[in-house]
Amino acid sequence: MDLQTLIYIFVGASFALYIIIAIWAKAASTKDFYVAGGGVHPVANGMATAADWMSAASFISLAGIIAYKGSDGGAYLMGWTGGYVLLALLLAPYLRKFGKFTVPDFVGDRYYSDLARTVAVIAVIFISFTYVAGQMRGVGIVFSRFLQVDVNTGVVIGMVIVFIYAVLGGMKGITYTQVAQYMVMIVAYLIPAIFLSLMVTDTFLPQLGIFGTTTFAFDDGVKTIPAGTYLMHALDTAVTDLGFNAYSLPGNIWNMFMLTVALMVGTAGLPHVIVRFFTVPRVKDARISAGWALFFIAILYTTIASVAAFSRVNIIDRVQNVPYQQWVTEGVKQADGRINHGGWFKTWEDGSLLAWNDRNGDGKIQYAAGKAFDDPKGKPHFDDHKRAPDGHRLTTNPLPAAGHKPFDNEVYIDRDIIVLANPEIANLPNWVIALIAAGGLAAALSTAAGLLLVISSSISHDLLGRVMFKDPATGKSKLSDRQELLAARIAAIAAIVVAGYLGINPPGFVAQVVAFAFGLAAASFFPTIILGIFDKRMNKAGAIAGISTGLIFTFSYIVYFVFMGGDPKDYLFGVAPVGIGTIGMVLHFIVALIVSRMTEPPPAHIQEMVENIRIPRGAGEAHNH
Amino acid sequence: MTEEKARAYWKENISAILKLLAVWFIVSYGAGILFINQLNTIEISGVKLGFWFAQQGSIYVFVILIFIYVKWMNKIDEKYDVHE
Repeated sequence: MDLQTLIYIFVGASFALYIIIAIWAKAASTKDFYVAGGGVHPVANGMATAADWMSAASFISLAGIIAYKGSDGGAYLMGWTGGYVLLALLLAPYLRKFGKFTVPDFVGDRYYSDLARTVAVIAVIFISFTYVAGQMRGVGIVFSRFLQVDVNTGVVIGMVIVFIYAVLGGMKGITYTQVAQYMVMIVAYLIPAIFLSLMVTDTFLPQLGIFGTTTFAFDDGVKTIPAGTYLMHALDTAVTDLGFNAYSLPGNIWNMFMLTVALMVGTAGLPHVIVRFFTVPRVKDARISAGWALFFIAILYTTIASVAAFSRVNIIDRVQNVPYQQWVTEGVKQADGRINHGGWFKTWEDGSLLAWNDRNGDGKIQYAAGKAFDDPKGKPHFDDHKRAPDGHRLTTNPLPAAGHKPFDNEVYIDRDIIVLANPEIANLPNWVIALIAAGGLAAALSTAAGLLLVISSSISHDLLGRVMFKDPATGKSKLSDRQELLAARIAAIAAIVVAGYLGINPPGFVAQVVAFAFGLAAASFFPTIILGIFDKRMNKAGAIAGISTGLIFTFSYIVYFVFMGGDPKDYLFGVAPVGIGTIGMVLHFIVALIVSRMTEPPPAHIQEMVENIRIPRGAGEAHNH
Repeated sequence: MTEEKARAYWKENISAILKLLAVWFIVSYGAGILFINQLNTIEISGVKLGFWFAQQGSIYVFVILIFIYVKWMNKIDEKYDVHE
């Protein structure tokens, strides 16, 4: 069957499955909508959390980032998994015992303040929208590449699908859909990884493939690296030959440390992750849910290091010194007779994510360190869709300065294509490529749905129910359950429209805004929740001072250095903006502790509440009032 | 539950958390970052040990840590009769 038909079948079947599940799991009450009735089995919840957590960034971009960063990419792998240990040990069980629906619920109740609640709602909405924009863009990229529709049409299709199951099903619909999405994405990630592992190192488990030896000899452009070399040795030799830093040696340890802290703590402070632990029946289940979530995440994350290493070897092996015209049309044979077809290169050129600049005019591609195009980021500026006589896309960049060792780089490769293009680069069967398309969509849609739900419940439950329509006499919402459910659905629709708009008109800095989401979560929610649980003496004044300090510091630092062109030489303690959430968090802790000790202790009923959330018994009842 | 018992339960809980977090810190920040160069002098089948901890090893330990925590806490909960 041809590739396009297979892609339609795989993507169509997975979408049909999600919609069937959504109809089956329709939400009937606000409790169903916000926390799936509080009765999800821990293993199912773990799987859903894993799908919710692993976004287009994990599925599509991460292996590509690591293939380029090498050792330092470990910050992302440890950061995005280690946060679950913090969640399990420090947050999940206590928040479950607290037994409300949202993160602003906890902040507002624990610090007996609607101001704190409102600040929390704003932070939740800002963090979640930042994140969702990237997901919708990911959906668009997958659609435009694999379904051959326009990126914008792709985004709209994605919005409609999410609309159906998030608005109808709420958390209940999302949770069961995410279980299915997890299965789709894990299969879609592992099968190509196993193929690659067998191909490059003849090892079945990709996790062990990294310890393997190469099955083929390859020419890195400087020398031939013989078959049977340890994979990591082959990779280190090849990249250093080409003028890059050694793959398995660390770069800046200080920045890696700060980035890892920010990502770990940010993970533990992200509202759409925390809310997951409100959906299980008991405290015990919240603890083990975090364990299952990380287990399911680890299945994918432990293969990433290997996939990254395999792809880097494959790219050098496939691209170095091939004659462009012949390669992309009929293919060439490697020295040892393996077939090497460059059709994929041409397809991704169409998507503007790959480009070749024949600087030495020999008609062959050379790949090495350095910029292939004269541009601050080395990006090609395409001349419409014009192609040269040999078929490559023309660019208008001036020629960069020549004379690099060992030779000048001629290729621009966008890191985001590595995972999606891997099966084609390695000449894997068509159904594997179709599977990757379905997996990429599952990853992006599951995360988008989870985020949209958090946004809608923050608006309907926290802002409308607890602040704007609060009955001053009882402190409860004046809205009936049905009214609040309707408000939640309307808020979800509005959030989807805004997310779709952001996907079609991305702010132009989707990659950088991720630093925002994690930095702000690390500097705001994580410390304030930790203090709320572990420091009984923490009061309203301390919490508000802490949150404000953390948010304002982190926000200004990132805005100054990322968007206003601040000079990296002025970095505070040399910390890059992606890692600054760590400093924001430390400041938050210090300010909150000092201010709280200088002001009145919290009222007795709050201290009692803290005592109460520390004891597991009674969580089941907590949900029912 | 008496106040004394609640305090003892909380103390035991905190001490379990701290012990587990110490391991968490050692494998990730210790082995994968701060002492990565020292560990990189050890190599297994071509893979440097520090590199492995940063990219794969620490993740295995994280998963195991959470499951140990669950078992441990369930035991403490039962001991103090606060389980559900």
